[in-house]
Amino acid sequence: MKITRQDVAHVAELARLRFKDDELEAMTAQLNSILDSFDRLQTVDTTGIKPSTHAVDMSNAFREDTVLPSLAQAAVLANAPDSEEGCFKVPRIIEV
Amino acid sequence: MAPEISSLTIHEVSSLLARREISAVEALESVISRIEAVDGSVNAYITKTYGLAREQATRADVLLAEKNAVPLTGVPLAIKDILCVKDVRTTCGSRMLENFVPPYDATVVGRLKACGAVFVGKTSMDEFAMGSSNETAYFGAVHNPWDLDRVPGGSSGGSAAAVAADACIAALGTDTGGSIRQPASLCGVVGLKPTYGRVSRFGLIAFASSLDQVGPITKDVHDAALLLNAISGYDPKDSTSVNREVPDYTRALKKKITGLRLGIPEEYFITGLDPEVEKAVQAAIAVLRGQGAEIVPVSLPHTQYAVAVYYLIAPAEACSNLARYDGVKYGYRSSQPENLREMYEQSRSEGFGPEVKRRIMLGTYALSAGYYDAYYKKASQVRTLIRQDFTEAFKMCDLIVTPTAPAPAFKLGEKLSDPLSMYLSDIFTIPTNLAGLPGMSLPCGFSGSGLPIGLQIIGNLFAEEQILQAAYCYEQNTDWHVKKPSLLRGL
Repeated sequence: MKITRQDVAHVAELARLRFKDDELEAMTAQLNSILDSFDRLQTVDTTGIKPSTHAVDMSNAFREDTVLPSLAQAAVLANAPDSEEGCFKVPRIIEV
Repeated sequence: MAPEISSLTIHEVSSLLARREISAVEALESVISRIEAVDGSVNAYITKTYGLAREQATRADVLLAEKNAVPLTGVPLAIKDILCVKDVRTTCGSRMLENFVPPYDATVVGRLKACGAVFVGKTSMDEFAMGSSNETAYFGAVHNPWDLDRVPGGSSGGSAAAVAADACIAALGTDTGGSIRQPASLCGVVGLKPTYGRVSRFGLIAFASSLDQVGPITKDVHDAALLLNAISGYDPKDSTSVNREVPDYTRALKKKITGLRLGIPEEYFITGLDPEVEKAVQAAIAVLRGQGAEIVPVSLPHTQYAVAVYYLIAPAEACSNLARYDGVKYGYRSSQPENLREMYEQSRSEGFGPEVKRRIMLGTYALSAGYYDAYYKKASQVRTLIRQDFTEAFKMCDLIVTPTAPAPAFKLGEKLSDPLSMYLSDIFTIPTNLAGLPGMSLPCGFSGSGLPIGLQIIGNLFAEEQILQAAYCYEQNTDWHVKKPSLLRGL
């Protein structure tokens, strides 16, 4: 058992996901079975091995800092669930 | 009787169009009739874009008349629903993006538009490309044209099934751990994942950014070369795309393969490999040897760790990429949340399906404090070892030949409740993504029950030409690629 129900609840909070009790139970069992099968990784000697974050080695990609046209505000806001006066609208954040 | 236009390849349609024996509008209408006849059974399309297609076909006919056409002008194509097409709903197979209409084109989509290609629709896929069976699609499972009770593979299952069912001439897919090659194998068509960086990812909805790549799914190898020509190349909007000349890939096709060294890795011929798959792949290797290729045994000793490495790295990247779905700027928002936190949690919990949540959880855990070293860092180190395995192997050979998938198409529902067994269906395709290498699946036979089997050819970085050369040679000496599913005949 790698991960407890409490761990799963904590990770869900970090990931901004909510689960019902039975879903949390099932997720705990599934994550454990997946992580158990990944145990074999721990047997690999990786002393001194550099991690790969990309498959094709490249360094920073620079470009000129040129102003180019961007998308029209209306086109972008068209996909917003809620907007007002050119802004994305969300529920109140600060209590008055 | 002449064959239906919908059953033809890009190069066949293109030469009929160039000779003005058919018009782009006729080609399109043939494909539309086919979609209408078969898609009730196959369910390959999430959104059909006949209106857009008819405008494109009309414009293509003008280009053809003016002799301003290129090989893709007027050719009806399908686009995986993970690629943004301006003003066309792009769902990524998810409730989260059910109503998302991108205000811009993905670079690959723009390139195809510039060629005068015609888009008949957006094809189904596993939700956010997370799956190997197309069953995690919010809009319903896709059925394999060779056996409607079986999966088409995933995540580009809709694209592969549409090509196999002649519901388009060719399609684009994307491949993060096998999502072009595995469905191509299960549906009996050709699928090519290019080298990481060969094709721009701009406008491809991100799953795992260090692994994702766009590529063609086609009826034959020649078509794969034609589509690759059109989509390849550097894009300033994708800083991981590589600024390197794009050759004319069709020129690689007719080269002889005499002396080409094909590496056969023992680690891919293991217990658990379906005997019929092994037999078909061995027979394919014999065909290539008969054409003058040299067979070299090679070893990729870290293959057994690839699935674990992938299912830590890909979810880790995914949980970060999918953090953008917060109900603010686009995508699903839960109704009436009390506050911001609740809006985030409810929108994400209602908008994502079970497999996407599972991977977000796995990735978040692998990156969380106290577990990062044991999981994410360890996986990234073993990824280096997997890359080194290939570097060593390519000192001995030019290409590596393996099965694409360990078994032919499985039954719908068979693996859905067992994520781990689903993950193992990508066992032979994952290592190439981890190493950034190009790989192709092409048809190499059928099981006793008539299900397609795929041969995988893996090349070194940017060795797409050699893959195409060997694949084309194999295809010229076999006829698997011309077989059509009998189930859909006469529809």
